[in-house]
Amino acid sequence: MLTEIATLNAACARALDSGKLEDWPGFFLDRCLYKVTTADNHEKGYQAGLIYADSRAMLVDRIMALREANIYERQRYRHILGMPLVGAETDGSVAVETSFLVVRTMRDGQMMVFAAGIYLDRVKRDASGAWRYAERIVVCDSQRIDTLLAIPL
Amino acid sequence: MDQTVREPAVDIWPAGLTRVPYRVYQDATVAREEQTRVFEGPGWHYLCLEIDVPETGSYRTTMIGAMPFVVARAEDGTVVAFENRCAHRGSLICLDDGGRVKDFQCVYHAWRYDLRGNLASVAFRRGVNGMGGMPDDFDMAAHGPRKLRVTVVAGLVFGTLSNDTPDIEAYIGSEVMARLKRVLHKKVEVIGRFTQALPCNWKLYMENVRDTYHASLLHTFFTTFRITRLSQGGGVMVSENGVAHASTTLASAATPDDSYAGMRADNQDLKLQDPSFMKAVAEFNDNINLQILSVFPGFILQQIHNALAVRQIVPRGVDSMDLHWTYLGFADDTPELRAMRLKQANLAGPAGFVSMEDGAVGGFVQRGIGAAADQAAVVQMGGASAESAETRATEASVRGFWKAWRTQMRI
Repeated sequence: MLTEIATLNAACARALDSGKLEDWPGFFLDRCLYKVTTADNHEKGYQAGLIYADSRAMLVDRIMALREANIYERQRYRHILGMPLVGAETDGSVAVETSFLVVRTMRDGQMMVFAAGIYLDRVKRDASGAWRYAERIVVCDSQRIDTLLAIPL
Repeated sequence: MDQTVREPAVDIWPAGLTRVPYRVYQDATVAREEQTRVFEGPGWHYLCLEIDVPETGSYRTTMIGAMPFVVARAEDGTVVAFENRCAHRGSLICLDDGGRVKDFQCVYHAWRYDLRGNLASVAFRRGVNGMGGMPDDFDMAAHGPRKLRVTVVAGLVFGTLSNDTPDIEAYIGSEVMARLKRVLHKKVEVIGRFTQALPCNWKLYMENVRDTYHASLLHTFFTTFRITRLSQGGGVMVSENGVAHASTTLASAATPDDSYAGMRADNQDLKLQDPSFMKAVAEFNDNINLQILSVFPGFILQQIHNALAVRQIVPRGVDSMDLHWTYLGFADDTPELRAMRLKQANLAGPAGFVSMEDGAVGGFVQRGIGAAADQAAVVQMGGASAESAETRATEASVRGFWKAWRTQMRI
């Protein structure tokens, strides 16, 4: 199971890092929760996120907006993922925690550590038996976002 | 506070309000003058929410320009504020964003302050074993951090170092104040806090906030889904002194509209797969679905449908600033309304569908004017005045910003 979940994480990160953003919502279940927040907000129990989606369709919409509507300078991410810490399976759902580091490279070559934090995931098997995210809470260590957060984390 | 009249930092300013010399976004001298004349000057500055300091001993720290300060709730229930600087060696007194204390103690040499920022004790004041200590004539009352005048309006705490500043109602003006109270009409609750680091001079962001002309052109998400178009009803009000503004957009009648035909912002093919988050609840008993309000120099109140937030500008240098977002709900939100706010929070903030670009566009200007210190920006849409208008196809509110800035900078 560890290998399967690590592979899910790696495939999801590859979609984001390689610019195949349209593939990214496919790693989530139809009914899901995706939220980007910070350690401070998470500890205080604040509900709002920088990105907040409670359906896969909202993730599809976000990618469409990034492609068609939003303006941001060309950039790419590189996700470096830690080993998933896989919890016990209950009712087909598994809690997983995975550290991440994202380096952002801008069109002029400027690179920065854009975000570091932890994915608090709940994964389930979909109808075909593949692991998918039922919930992904992206908890960034810093509350400070440089310029803008366009591509999802 | 600076009481002397010095040579103005910007000595050549074109007549009127329709040109802005690019130097004002680049010049370190201008930035230093702003610290004394604007941030430590005669305006009211947003400090925090009243609910950030709910009970005696609660405190919160932030910045006015480069000046760190503490807001606290004193024993008698009043909200007070003082500079976050020990009277001894200048160290920060409070090191956290907020909390609750009995009193304040500087970590460096343990000088203690009461909740109002009065120096209460000096460690080893009488020395040790009869040796050392402070001179007998050391006057505790004469040493302490600077204190701010504080006022609380609609759950917002504002402060100023000036004794001459008129009350907040006069500073903001009754028209815009009514707009502020329209949104903040009952007890709020914090639902998120985020900081966005912007690669631009702070004024470029505040101009963007007050620029009613750009919204539907830069932010295509707005336009395509008809959240706001300049052809929808609405307008902008600017206070007489230029200090405050409020722009509004009325709910749209979904009639065909070709005023954007051919522009990048017009994309009729874009359809949301999950449009549930655009089903806004009309919670203010009017047909205003979007209102952006600002108070010079650094306060913004946002109502984008049900996405409510306070934004606070903190300059960090000539070409960088932090924008502090506090996302709000009301304490009596129904679960359904709260859920809608969480979804609509996608519209604003650093990842916001309609505000993402605002984080970057100031940087585009900052870079674009790199070699243009002696050139000037054109601010001429809607004429030359800084008066309220029934249209948003105007830069009246931006000119109002410069009216307030030049008054306080004495330029």
